[in-house]
Amino acid sequence: MTLLSARRLSKSYGRGGGLVRAVDDVDLDVGAGETVAVMGPSGCGKSTLLHLLGGLDRPDSGEITLAGERVDQQGERGLARLRRDAVGFVFQAFYLMDELTAVENVELPALLAGRSPRAARGRALELLERTGLKDRARFLPSALSGGQRQRVAIARALANDPLLVLADEPTGNLDSAATLEVLRLFEGLHEAGQTLVVVTHDARIAATADRLITMRDGAFVDETRLTGGTSGSLARLAGLAGLDPEA
Amino acid sequence: MGRLLIVARLALRDLRHRPGQAVLLLIAITAATATLTLGLALGNVTSQHYAATKVATRGPDVVASTLIDSPAGQPAALARIGALTRAPGVTARSGPYPVTFTSLAVNGRPESASVMVEGRGQAPAAVDQPQVTAGTWIRPGQAVVERTFAGTEGITVGDRISLDGKAFRVGGIAVTAAVPPEPGICYFFGCGRQLQPFGMANPGLVWLPAADARGLATPAEPLSYLVNLRLAPGAEAGPFAASCNDDDVSSPAPLVSDWQCLQATDNGQVMTEQEALLTASWLLALLAVGSVAVLVGGRMTEQVRRAGLLKAAGGTPRLVASVLLAEHLAVGAAAAGLGLLAGHLAAPLVTGPGGTLLGAPLTPPVTAGMAALAVAAALVIAGAATFVPAVRAARASTAAMLADAARAPSRSGLLAGISSRLPVTLLVGLRLAARRPRRALLGAASVFVAMSGVAAALWARASLDRYDSGPGANGPLDQVLLVVTLGLVLLAVVNAILIAWATVTDARLASAVTRVLGATPGQVSVGIAAAQALPALAGAVLGLPAGAALFAVLSGPGAVTPPAWWLAVVVLAAVAAVAVLTFIPSRLAGRAGPAPVLLTGG
Repeated sequence: MTLLSARRLSKSYGRGGGLVRAVDDVDLDVGAGETVAVMGPSGCGKSTLLHLLGGLDRPDSGEITLAGERVDQQGERGLARLRRDAVGFVFQAFYLMDELTAVENVELPALLAGRSPRAARGRALELLERTGLKDRARFLPSALSGGQRQRVAIARALANDPLLVLADEPTGNLDSAATLEVLRLFEGLHEAGQTLVVVTHDARIAATADRLITMRDGAFVDETRLTGGTSGSLARLAGLAGLDPEA
Repeated sequence: MGRLLIVARLALRDLRHRPGQAVLLLIAITAATATLTLGLALGNVTSQHYAATKVATRGPDVVASTLIDSPAGQPAALARIGALTRAPGVTARSGPYPVTFTSLAVNGRPESASVMVEGRGQAPAAVDQPQVTAGTWIRPGQAVVERTFAGTEGITVGDRISLDGKAFRVGGIAVTAAVPPEPGICYFFGCGRQLQPFGMANPGLVWLPAADARGLATPAEPLSYLVNLRLAPGAEAGPFAASCNDDDVSSPAPLVSDWQCLQATDNGQVMTEQEALLTASWLLALLAVGSVAVLVGGRMTEQVRRAGLLKAAGGTPRLVASVLLAEHLAVGAAAAGLGLLAGHLAAPLVTGPGGTLLGAPLTPPVTAGMAALAVAAALVIAGAATFVPAVRAARASTAAMLADAARAPSRSGLLAGISSRLPVTLLVGLRLAARRPRRALLGAASVFVAMSGVAAALWARASLDRYDSGPGANGPLDQVLLVVTLGLVLLAVVNAILIAWATVTDARLASAVTRVLGATPGQVSVGIAAAQALPALAGAVLGLPAGAALFAVLSGPGAVTPPAWWLAVVVLAAVAAVAVLTFIPSRLAGRAGPAPVLLTGG
């Protein structure tokens, strides 16, 4: 079943000679529970595509449908509701709020969705436990390592049980050990049936996906269904076996 | 030479790159220097009006008066005052004129004021011939009323007045340089002495035909006398008056006032305005420093990075400081010039002669001293803007400066605890505001300073309303209060805009992330605006007692508290203004959506 669908999606920046087609007439379908990796060189439009899919930006043309609902036709309130209820984001730079503790960051989407503070806190602690950070719940981001910050960001992305998680270079700022931690989390999400779209430069991350899409100059130039997917040991697939204590 | 070129080029480019900030800084410093100029300009304007009035009315160099408390003392008193007219150095005189004190009623209304009645002849006097500004000089059965007093009581030519029950028609309105105007009449007892023996505070002045004035005398209020003297050219009135005076009020010796004393009393008419303006200029200077601090704080990261680039390219800390200093001094110098010009041009608004004296509103010249003070004030403010980034640039390592290491946000446990119980929008806004507590403090301080000035103006207005004895009586002071209030509000608005700009800029990434998590643009903007409104509320509330205290210090006892609704309105207006001024830039910044911010990393 298709969860996310994009048709003839386009987005440009600038005008005249400086016009850049960040996303150029792209079609995409993502099935429920599928993990799709998008690769390509810097500036090829991967992040812009992700922003369009998640309703962070509006396309110049084309249609986006998420769970049967048109994303591109939503107003600001509708997009805010969509991001709150249906989409979780993970960024390369984490984008945690510096002035909030880990647990406060994680509970923020639940509070914005109108959950009671008690329920939001309970959910946040549960997610931090899942990501192995319950003992860091009251730490400010500045007191956490890069990997820990990204795990907090992943926990935050899951706060409202989103239909879709969009990750933009989630391991781009991490060392190998931290990358492994994040990979494990994504593996767990995939096994739990979470739909994921991951933009990455890292072939090891891409190798964990069900499908790999290659982008260049705003367009899809290649699409590969990976046979390995996430079956078997994720660390081995990702070439990080030496760092995996369970390997 | 090359170094100068680099400094000038970098400073100019930065100013051109950020014209909005340069203009706001210019406005802030200009407002402070303009008010300072205005306050300083008021110092001498009444002297010029007095001189013009003295010439037009053949004003005296010395006025001698004698207080008589019983008819039996009149011959001796007249002899003493007569002897003065023959004193060495006296070249001309008018009088002695009979004087008495009584009560006044206008157009059949109940008695409303006390007056000093001076008996005069119809013929022009050689010394002190009051200048008639409406109607005619005295005629039988007619009175002439001093212009300030007429304005206070609403008396016009043709009105009927009653003095101790006797009716007179008002034939004219006149101005004199021999008697300080109501409420400053004091020459009978020497300047500064009180009229309490008669129980007649602030009497007005009415001229009557001498026979009518004599007819108002009673055994309880016998006639006193005054004489106007002109001294020989070169003779000094002050020593002459001092040699004649006797400190003992009960003494029958005449009390002698020189023209400088009368002029000083006239100057006192604008002393309140001058005090208000000088106080306001201090408050405005404080606000201008606040503006500069916000501007510098908002650009600190950028300035430090820029300084790092300059150092990396071979610039010394001194070069970095020179660029910053040149930039701020250029703005400061321009602001000093503009402030002097604005103060100079605005001076006629508050330098009219009023009812007291003759002449037109003056545009006082800009003296070297005034210019030096205004320039010094502007440069001190501009220098303060340079100091902190220059010191940072000198101290920090080039690598650290280039690393774009913004100061880590602060976190208050108490605030975190309190805000965690608030709605999420407010929670986020408060946490964003709390990450820069010094900025929040500055915002509160800015509103506090402005509100102190505005509150002092409200207390002044309320006190004027209580003691106001007629329409137009406080015209110049009203104008000064308006100018002061507008100036303070203008700078407070500038500060609010600067703080909002700095906060919104600082919160760009956090706002974008909050929107990614599902907040609407309105929620984000309301949160940030509400968070800025809280320190503004604290500043506004604390500013009220501070303003009352400021007014009490300036005016002495007897201040009247303004109605509570006035105070409530200004506090709410201040808070609402800050909230709106923060909401608008936040909303504008959020129009493009979170994606551009996320793509550039804030």
